[in-house]
Amino acid sequence: MQYVLKKTGVLVVTLLLISLLAFLAFQIIPADPVTKLLGTDYTPERAEALRHEMGLDRNVFVRYFDWLTGFVTGDMGDSYSYGMGVEKVLEGKGAVTAGLSLMAWLMVIAISVPLGITLARFQGGRLDRVFVAMNQVFMAIPPFFLGILFTYVFGLVLKLFVPGGFISPRESFWGFLGYLFFPALAIAIPKAAMVTKLLRSSILNQMQMDYVRTAYSRGNSRWGVLRFHVLRNAILPVVTFVAMTLADIVAGSIIVEQVFALPGLGRLLLASIGNRDYPVVQCIVVIIAFIVVFMNYLADVLTQYIDPRVRLG
Amino acid sequence: MDLRHNKNFKAGAVITAIMVTIILVGMVWTPYDPNAMDGKAKMLSPSFRHLLGTDNFGRDIFSRVVEGAGATAVIAAATVAIGLTAGLIIGGLTGYYGGWLDEVVMRLNDALAAFPSILLALVLVALFGSGKYHIILALGLLFIPSFARVVRAEVARQKALDYVASARLMGAGDMRILFLHILPNIVPVLLPNVAIGFNNAVLAEASMSYLSVGVQPPDASLGRMLNEAQGYLLTAPWYALSAGAAIILLVLGFGLLSEGMGGVDHAS
Repeated sequence: MQYVLKKTGVLVVTLLLISLLAFLAFQIIPADPVTKLLGTDYTPERAEALRHEMGLDRNVFVRYFDWLTGFVTGDMGDSYSYGMGVEKVLEGKGAVTAGLSLMAWLMVIAISVPLGITLARFQGGRLDRVFVAMNQVFMAIPPFFLGILFTYVFGLVLKLFVPGGFISPRESFWGFLGYLFFPALAIAIPKAAMVTKLLRSSILNQMQMDYVRTAYSRGNSRWGVLRFHVLRNAILPVVTFVAMTLADIVAGSIIVEQVFALPGLGRLLLASIGNRDYPVVQCIVVIIAFIVVFMNYLADVLTQYIDPRVRLG
Repeated sequence: MDLRHNKNFKAGAVITAIMVTIILVGMVWTPYDPNAMDGKAKMLSPSFRHLLGTDNFGRDIFSRVVEGAGATAVIAAATVAIGLTAGLIIGGLTGYYGGWLDEVVMRLNDALAAFPSILLALVLVALFGSGKYHIILALGLLFIPSFARVVRAEVARQKALDYVASARLMGAGDMRILFLHILPNIVPVLLPNVAIGFNNAVLAEASMSYLSVGVQPPDASLGRMLNEAQGYLLTAPWYALSAGAAIILLVLGFGLLSEGMGGVDHAS
């Protein structure tokens, strides 16, 4: 319990720090938004008035505090280019990115856990040799190129889906999930190759240990040793790694959304960078950062439950 | 460990050697001018005249892939150079001296390393603008933590070994011990990480350029070409395939080299 409390404390401090850094970065560095908003109507008096209206003439820390309380209560400030609140602009976008990332992440687990265990079980077999040879290739494919390949093969040639024909979850929830299938697979495959390799070598490492020999000597089969003795130990580094891949997967979805024309946070982020719509950019960055930090926190807590040594050591 | 008998290392060396040769030759000579447009030769399929066909402006795709691969490789190398140099200095000093500064720097490192580098790179681009040099600088900065972490861990381990104590007895100063005695000894651990860093840089650059926030036209880059090629998938699939294959070969070569040299510890 003490461990979880300590980790939770660190989590809260990290989240505050991230939001402060993001806020400061986007307040201090960019060009004056007022100049852009006024465009050719710019006069020093008008700029001053607008700045006052937008609250830009107040102390930075006061503004940070305002923004943070707003952010938490769902009032995320006004977008420069969409003429409405950031939370309105974000509506529905988060679901796409979250759905895509989550689906890709589940795919990574669904592919790599059975595959890794099977490969380790039949080490040196035909499947194992093919995998070891192909693995580096799979790890080398950038997800967005895989997405382009899928668009060509499954979309244009085999016509299994309509490229660019995104179905919103309001229209049809299953249609939405169906359209996310290939984008998610494109993100998942390179990561799954990595996790499979890690799980396989982690299991094979554990198989060298003394306790495994003891387990064998008590009459366990190879499968029995694997299932009841080795897996519990071998899965530990993998859990940490799988949790950490979620960060990469969210990042990957920013790019893959572009390939499949998915209206998610990634596409909005890129469009807003192009428009210099900093309130939107700032909110998306903070949201994604929060997700990443929170996942790492969950991984830490989860490992602690699987392996008490972490908590005690 | 004998690298000559390591299959991964040999395969990686062959692929990398071929890619590097093509890129180096491409810097002085390509079959066609990569940017020369030819209105009469648009969207040609691969043939002996145009090995990989031509694009929507009648530009020779093979020449463009060679030039693009060169640009991508140079950007990746520059990125690694920045990240590695700063990483060596920061990781070396913190690993050698330890203390509270070490704690602070490493906490900061951990926090940074937890983030997807592409997101941070996009933030930097949003703040400072896009383009080739901005990408190199942004990615270079983002690569510092991973190198610093590896260097720090190795230096801290080596510091306790006998040869360092001997060097100190001989009257060597801290900087001499750190950079002349310890540094050569951490190279074997560092090289696989450098290769993987190069790969990450290639992928990051390709992604950024694909998203149109990296290398700007008319400069070629593999990511930009994929962006352009996506619009012509149905009429000219070889365009996207060639650019993508070039990325995969670049990354695969260095990935195999790294694997052959002992690999990178993913779990740490």
